Amino acid sequence: MSRPTTQDEYLASLVPASVRGVSRRTLLRGALGAGTLLAAPTLLSACGGDSGTSATGKATGTVTLGSNQSDAVPKAAVQAVMDAFQKANSGLTVKINTIDHNSFQENINNYLQGSPDDVWTWFSGYRMRFFASKDLAGDISDVWKDLGGMSDALKKASTGDDGKQYFVPSTYYPWAVFYRKSVFAKFGYQPPKTLDEFKTLGAQMRKDGLVPIAFGDKDGWPAMGTFDQLNMRVNGFDFHVSLMAGKEAWNSDKVKAVFDTWAGMLDLHQPDSLGRTWQEAAQALQQKKAGTYLLGAFVAQQFQKGAEQDDLDFFNFPEVDSAIGADAIEAPIDGYMMAKRPKNEAGAKKLLGYLGSADAQNLAVKADPSVIATNDTADQASYTALQKKSAEFVKSAKSIAQFMDRDTRPDCASTVMIPAIQSFIKNPKDIDGLVNSIEKQKQSIFAS
Amino acid sequence: MSKYKGIDHLSPVDRVVVSLMVIVPTVLVLWLVWLPAVGSVLLSFTNWDGIGPVSAAKVIGLKNYSDVVNIYPPFWPAVQHNLIWLAVMFLVATPFGMFLAVLLDRELRGTRIYQTAIYLPVVLSLALVGFIWQLIYSRDQGLINQVTGSTIDWYGDQRYNLWAALVASSWRHVGYVMLLYLAGLKGVDPSLREAAKVDGADERTTFFRVVFPVMAPINIIVLVVTVIESLRAFDLVWVINKGRNGLELISTLVTSNIVGEASRIGFGSAMATMMLLISSVFVFFYVRIVMREQR
Repeated sequence: MSRPTTQDEYLASLVPASVRGVSRRTLLRGALGAGTLLAAPTLLSACGGDSGTSATGKATGTVTLGSNQSDAVPKAAVQAVMDAFQKANSGLTVKINTIDHNSFQENINNYLQGSPDDVWTWFSGYRMRFFASKDLAGDISDVWKDLGGMSDALKKASTGDDGKQYFVPSTYYPWAVFYRKSVFAKFGYQPPKTLDEFKTLGAQMRKDGLVPIAFGDKDGWPAMGTFDQLNMRVNGFDFHVSLMAGKEAWNSDKVKAVFDTWAGMLDLHQPDSLGRTWQEAAQALQQKKAGTYLLGAFVAQQFQKGAEQDDLDFFNFPEVDSAIGADAIEAPIDGYMMAKRPKNEAGAKKLLGYLGSADAQNLAVKADPSVIATNDTADQASYTALQKKSAEFVKSAKSIAQFMDRDTRPDCASTVMIPAIQSFIKNPKDIDGLVNSIEKQKQSIFAS
Repeated sequence: MSKYKGIDHLSPVDRVVVSLMVIVPTVLVLWLVWLPAVGSVLLSFTNWDGIGPVSAAKVIGLKNYSDVVNIYPPFWPAVQHNLIWLAVMFLVATPFGMFLAVLLDRELRGTRIYQTAIYLPVVLSLALVGFIWQLIYSRDQGLINQVTGSTIDWYGDQRYNLWAALVASSWRHVGYVMLLYLAGLKGVDPSLREAAKVDGADERTTFFRVVFPVMAPINIIVLVVTVIESLRAFDLVWVINKGRNGLELISTLVTSNIVGEASRIGFGSAMATMMLLISSVFVFFYVRIVMREQR
């Protein structure tokens, strides 16, 4: 749901390099509350009893949930879902440990190696498979046996490298080009189908005094979305997946073509983007200063519920090459995973089964209308217009990618691609130097 | 009182006290300073990703170092920015702080108010300083752009953001140096100045020929404070944009590689080790000078 947001969150999550090791672990424990400390002895005893027999036993007791949904709205949504779960399962209580969104992500390695909660919020894609392959997540294949309403694609997205399931999808949201209907109606614009049409539209928008494409990349990740879209349009979905998996060379002509295409439309983007957050860029769209904005559906969080959100619409990122088409989209999935050695395995599995159900997801999407449910049987009647369109959009897509920082190694995404894309935005001319530098670093990282 | 003749002449209680006074700080220093430092150096030769036991990490020799120097694009800009940072602090902020101290030492009317005003930023954390200056630098709502009508993105445009950050950082550093130096100036024996006056020296000559040399210990402290503060500059740029896009510093690169999902512990430790080596040079000179003073 919400991506990294304010600077306060960054501050709260600061862990200086000098306090790594012992003291960093201690800090983390402090942040997670006393529960973690108490859990240490239980963890030891659980090591011996990892036979999985409890999975079939009756689920009672307390299940702990580590939630990164620290913003007020999603936090209330999690609470509502858990309340409903407890009501339906007497004898089971859920203890929610809400952890600041960015702290959770930055400390995830220590968190999972310490004594994590039984169930924790996480993302699909490489980020999920990574922890599964590092033996830090619990196998929940038997939960999937009883999980109805999940498409094969979602099951695949929840499966680790070893063929077992480790993830229960909850909600997701598509990336697309967002615009305000009222602005398009006022100037008589039509959603473009091809990149050339998009460029023509952009030129017209500029004549009409609008910024054609709102853009903010201060935090480094939003521009990854633009790269992903262009790569899937220029080179197709399969190439994109291989490139993210490190199997293709970044300095190939194919990747250069992506950056070339991007350079050709960079003048349509809002200038000075490296000092602007996505929230500020979304404000430009909201204030009708910008015509379009390529972002995830969470852009709606910057629009007031009701009339203003109803005015928000989107179109698929236009086709670049007619041989490739435009049927690949991005729709990152958020969901839940189970600890390797949960204290209450039966309860945790029961909870995970519930989280994948239509009942739980109905509550979640109602609280945050920028996301849609993953379960096919979820109630779509109460969706907002935008949610309905998102659901339709995702359903009609042939291939679905997650997002660069979920599809490739996190170390590659954050330490190589963020500086690389930012330097491209600063200097779009030296594409050769850029892709060669990326390739060298990628080889070093993927070799380790 | 008899003369101290070595440890054998101490009473048993005193001996225990003395050993505790030696052992406890030694253990603390070893555990809190040397253990992490040596650990960092050792980790820098591995490819440890922070998951699983350290023993599982592969030793890869100097590969991290060669990667940092050869194929990590933000590294050299970071070194350059650290040097610029050091130069500005050393050549601009510190002399200006000394200058203010000399002015305030002249018993101006309302000197306490000036002292407080100049020292006030030092009380604030650098992270907070970053926020305060954000109000001034912000592209769309900031004071500078509101008043001058410019549209410069002070924190976002890499042509300006390093200098903008340096102004913010100097704002704080000047107050710190001013206070340190003022304290030193108060301690200078007034008879020295009088003697200089009698000999016909003017204010400038008195300061540079008499007062400044007398203040050698303070000068060294100010110098070391300046160097250390410049090398460990971190919080301000981290608050601005996590040390990216023109604000790369070695410290922010270390953090962004180690903290978080990236977890390139070995790679980040290699940069941390480089920082350690650079700092050690200054620490070495400082310790040498201090030791010589005491002899």
